[in-house]
Amino acid sequence: MKRFLLAAAFFVVLLLIWDVAFRTKIWSPVLLPSPWQVATYLKGAAVDGTLAKATVITMRRLLAGYFIGLVVGLPLGLLTARWKLFRDTIGTMALGLQTLPSVCWVPLALLWFGQTEAAMLFVVVMGTLWSVVIATDTGVRNVPPIYRRAALTMGSKRLHMWFKVILPAALPFIVSGMKQGWAFAWRSLMAAEIFVTILTGFGLGQLLHYGRELSAMDQVIAIMLVIVVIGLLADKIFFSPIEKFLHRRWGTSQA
Amino acid sequence: MRQAARHHSSVTEELEVIAPSKLAIEGVSKSFRSASGTVLALDRVSLNVAEGEFVCLVGASGCGKTTLLNIIAGLEKPDSGTVLADGKPVTGPGRERLVMFQEPALFPWLDVFGNVLFGLKLKPNLTKKDRRDVATYYLELVGLSRFEHANIHELSGGMKQRVSLARALAPNPRMLLMDEPFAALDALTREQLYGDIQEIWKARRKTIVFVTHNVREAACLGDRVLVFSPHPGRIKEEFAVKLPRPRDINSVDLAAHATRITKALKSFGQAEAAVTG
Repeated sequence: MKRFLLAAAFFVVLLLIWDVAFRTKIWSPVLLPSPWQVATYLKGAAVDGTLAKATVITMRRLLAGYFIGLVVGLPLGLLTARWKLFRDTIGTMALGLQTLPSVCWVPLALLWFGQTEAAMLFVVVMGTLWSVVIATDTGVRNVPPIYRRAALTMGSKRLHMWFKVILPAALPFIVSGMKQGWAFAWRSLMAAEIFVTILTGFGLGQLLHYGRELSAMDQVIAIMLVIVVIGLLADKIFFSPIEKFLHRRWGTSQA
Repeated sequence: MRQAARHHSSVTEELEVIAPSKLAIEGVSKSFRSASGTVLALDRVSLNVAEGEFVCLVGASGCGKTTLLNIIAGLEKPDSGTVLADGKPVTGPGRERLVMFQEPALFPWLDVFGNVLFGLKLKPNLTKKDRRDVATYYLELVGLSRFEHANIHELSGGMKQRVSLARALAPNPRMLLMDEPFAALDALTREQLYGDIQEIWKARRKTIVFVTHNVREAACLGDRVLVFSPHPGRIKEEFAVKLPRPRDINSVDLAAHATRITKALKSFGQAEAAVTG
């Protein structure tokens, strides 16, 4: 409770500073709207459904791309961990492409797929895939050999070994890779939505883009806040419980 | 109906004391390539272990005793020589010969109960209930019933090794291979485990091959103590320990045995020093 109150106080102070900065009129209200203007926009967008619609569209794109990234990335990571040939080829490629900021995929996606949903999906998949591959590979290769040996003596082999020993043992790495993949997917989707202004659906990134076009700073800030909140919620709802479980089981430190 | 009857009896069957294994090792050699050249870890080692015998292998680290244990387990292949378990050549790891490692190789993603169940789940013809009953039995045997839902990291070193022991015993192997399982534990915990392991050995009738560098431990546990000399790894001497059980590690008779064994060990050490010096 004390922690919650402290955190709440922090954000209240932040809002107050913002409000004071607005009242001083040092910056034009076009550039710095008041917290109330932003709140008013948010309320309006929430009431007329814009916000909900945009969020649904964005989440659909994000989840589809993220899911494909996971489904393709996990097996690829297993392959690179298991066979040198794959490590030298796919592994090296993954390492290289992972360093590429995901927004860099946007021009290519636009040229290949045009202003389409496919372009956005492609960018999200590329943002997710490589970090999942690398995390899975690292996780599997960090499994202490003694687990394998112990399991071997008890009669575990092949698929059983992979699913009941190696994958669970690599889980902490894989989960942190999934988390990183999620962060990258989120970033790349926002980049894609800002650049790909298609008419098949307005996502949050597109609302942000049109906010800029219309110089509607209240809209820009409001959408940015929504994006931050979604990121936080994803962490709290999805990743936090998994990480808590891992910390409890493995006995690793928990902040 | 017959099905039900069979299932009904399978837990008792599963927990039955079965005939322990015998082991015949003939002329086993194994070398490793290292940065400084080829090292002969085992040089024509031959050894017989009778059914239900408790044999300890002692020697300095690097004398090949762990390699021999791994070969018996089927985790490594010898360069030459044969290993027969109950007359059949050992071609790979198998449930008949379970290993307890020095570091407790317990799986951190499972709780205590899950770890003991692991080997049982790989054993065919057991129902879910059978497995649970068997796991419960062995956890009780090692005195950890209260901790069945504990996470591995919450256990002390001694408790971890007890769980390892329960996990190794649960699939009812005919032979237990133990690789310095108590080396990392404090003296008090170790002494307790010496008592436990002797009791369990008596109750469950297993053939045990036990690797250690602790001479007293070997004298306390083994029917026979085989002394290894390093570089190349060979069995140099054999001591029969005919003290009554359960043995107390601190007894004077045991100390006398240990002294003799230590003397033998030291003599190779000196020979070694003379050669290399």
